[in-house]
Amino acid sequence: MKYLAEYSDPEVARGLIARIKAAATRRWVVMEVCGGQTHTIVRQGIDELIAEQVEMIHGPGCPVCVTPLEQIDRALAVAARPEVIFTSFGDMLRVPGSHTDLFQVRARGGDVRVVYSPLDAVELARAHPDRQVVFFAVGFETTAPANAMAVWRAHQLGLDNFSVLVSHVTVPPAMTAILESPDNRVQGFLAAGHVCTVMGWREYEPLAARYRVPIVVTGFEPVDILEGIAMVVTQLEEGRHDVENQYVRSVRHDGNRPAQALITRIFTIVDRQWRGVGTIPASGLGLRPEFAAFDAEARFGLSDIQAQEPAACRAGDVLRGRIKPHECAAFGKECTPEHPLGAPMVSSEGACAAYYNYGRVRLPIAGTS
Amino acid sequence: MTDAASLAAGPVCPTPLDSAGQVLLGHGSGGTLSARLLRERFLPRFGNPALAALGDAAVIENPGGRLVLSTDTFVVSPLEFPGGNIGTLAVHGTLNDLAMMGAEPQALTVGFVLEEGLAFAVLDRVLDSMAAAVHGAGIPIVTGDTKVVERGKADGMFINTTGFGVQRDDFRPAPDRARPGDVVLVSGPIGRHGMAVMAVREGLRFDSTITSDTACLVPMVRRLRAACGMGIRALRDPTRGGVASALNELAQASRVGMLLDEETFPVPEAVAAACALLGLDPLYVANEGILVAIVAPEVAEAALDALRADPLGSQAARIGTVIDEHRGLVQMRTGIGGRRIVDMLPGDQLPRIC
Repeated sequence: MKYLAEYSDPEVARGLIARIKAAATRRWVVMEVCGGQTHTIVRQGIDELIAEQVEMIHGPGCPVCVTPLEQIDRALAVAARPEVIFTSFGDMLRVPGSHTDLFQVRARGGDVRVVYSPLDAVELARAHPDRQVVFFAVGFETTAPANAMAVWRAHQLGLDNFSVLVSHVTVPPAMTAILESPDNRVQGFLAAGHVCTVMGWREYEPLAARYRVPIVVTGFEPVDILEGIAMVVTQLEEGRHDVENQYVRSVRHDGNRPAQALITRIFTIVDRQWRGVGTIPASGLGLRPEFAAFDAEARFGLSDIQAQEPAACRAGDVLRGRIKPHECAAFGKECTPEHPLGAPMVSSEGACAAYYNYGRVRLPIAGTS
Repeated sequence: MTDAASLAAGPVCPTPLDSAGQVLLGHGSGGTLSARLLRERFLPRFGNPALAALGDAAVIENPGGRLVLSTDTFVVSPLEFPGGNIGTLAVHGTLNDLAMMGAEPQALTVGFVLEEGLAFAVLDRVLDSMAAAVHGAGIPIVTGDTKVVERGKADGMFINTTGFGVQRDDFRPAPDRARPGDVVLVSGPIGRHGMAVMAVREGLRFDSTITSDTACLVPMVRRLRAACGMGIRALRDPTRGGVASALNELAQASRVGMLLDEETFPVPEAVAAACALLGLDPLYVANEGILVAIVAPEVAEAALDALRADPLGSQAARIGTVIDEHRGLVQMRTGIGGRRIVDMLPGDQLPRIC
């Protein structure tokens, strides 16, 4: 708990805000990659406090948000099957598919269960040999090791009633896509601390050098984020474009090598579709051929399910930082947390939900219009 | 007690087989098993003159004043959790609801829906807890009912309690009485009940020392009444939806705004850590043994002293003020000086992915 209180310390935070204000000679545009960081920023009002010095653009790092619609529809189809126990992290349950969501599937009799660890899903498969247990393996590099471990464990146990519906994505290709975009405005990045805890920051070094952008590996508490922003601003003012590490209590240069080895053992790099963005080459993880037996898509014949995004939802533009959530015409009107059109309005890490829940637009606050 | 008199009259058919320590469908049949359940398990624990009469309904003298009625149905999984069980919740919950309206509770009724196969050991522990709770509060259970449903049709047991109390003219807290300038108080640490239950819930178990705060708030409210009387504008026990939802309801009912100060909230370290781990906000986590109070500014200190004098109120704190702007909205000043809305949630909080 100490590790939380000291990283929310108001005195330290005010000192960092003063440091950012003193350092900035102009207004810079900085993207926080991770949705967890977005929530801290909006929840604490950090972007307002430094609005004159830095424009914060919210990045694509919300695993629920970028999971493609057709993958949600596949999850819904398999979850409705009577022989299936469908397991998922909690915040996938309210994400809308084309016609329904997992809560509604559960209300109609589907056996949908929230788990906190994918290994709990493997245990369920062991406990219910007469049922098919499917785990919805979504997320960035952060969740990939645990999900890989679940497949490995099921493989070791010889379970033939466990499978995973995989929709894993990786961060560096998404950052590349943003930087390659002709209308890109991002001048510096806060990289996602938990992703880097697994992967380290080696793979960000070529990005910083090639696109001449500072990248600071940053944590999730208010003091972490303010310090990360201060480090990016200092680099921008000094004309540097290095990869630096603010999240030193968690992240090492090479990351967690055993976790990386586990990912590589189970998964291989594949092209992956991002919701609202489209297919990004080599941006995802899929099961290696030797673990194809655990692929729920193949086991249940789900690959034919295709889907069309709702036209009114501009999640893709929000996820790429092209618009702020409230600049979408549907925001707060057709699209609310009760009736979400797109995933960013649902997930606890979604930028639209952060803007809605913490009251942007309804309160006249500087720097958000 | 439905057909209670005939049930208690004794066996009317050959003595049935022993039920092997669990609830059988026959316990809800109205026959001898039902009578034994009542005689052996319920009456010894809750015995009082009104209940012992075993009429079809309880008869109670009219105590005068305005009658205040409240009913609540309790479903919780698991049935037992650190710090309490469904029985303690069922007694405290309804007594607390009466107290939040300024009523002095007079009597409770209880209805059980038991699932076939429920272990008597569990039922007995729940009934013991209920008995301890009603005896502690000094409020009798005057009538009740028991039904048994087939296995799979209830989650162990469901309990309904209904209570009535009396409200006098000198103490009438109500949700619509908050006005600008009033002070917002909370009586104790937030988030304990919800996190205690979550820590033992199937699929989400984690090691924790958090216990539920389930408690009867009637004595605490008596202290507020004695110290501040009509200066207490509104009371609410922030159960489901937590402190955030309770304050939103009051802000909307009174058509006022509220400005809270994040740094003043009493959040136990263990609750804050568990919430951080699961991606939950303690402001939306259920409580079963604290209250939020909206009080007139001139009695704020006296109210705080009264809360702190209570055994449950040592961590009572002033957490905000009622304002004229942004009526119906609750705002919060964040620890680092930012500002945000504290909104109602559309449903339960969901643990996040990473």
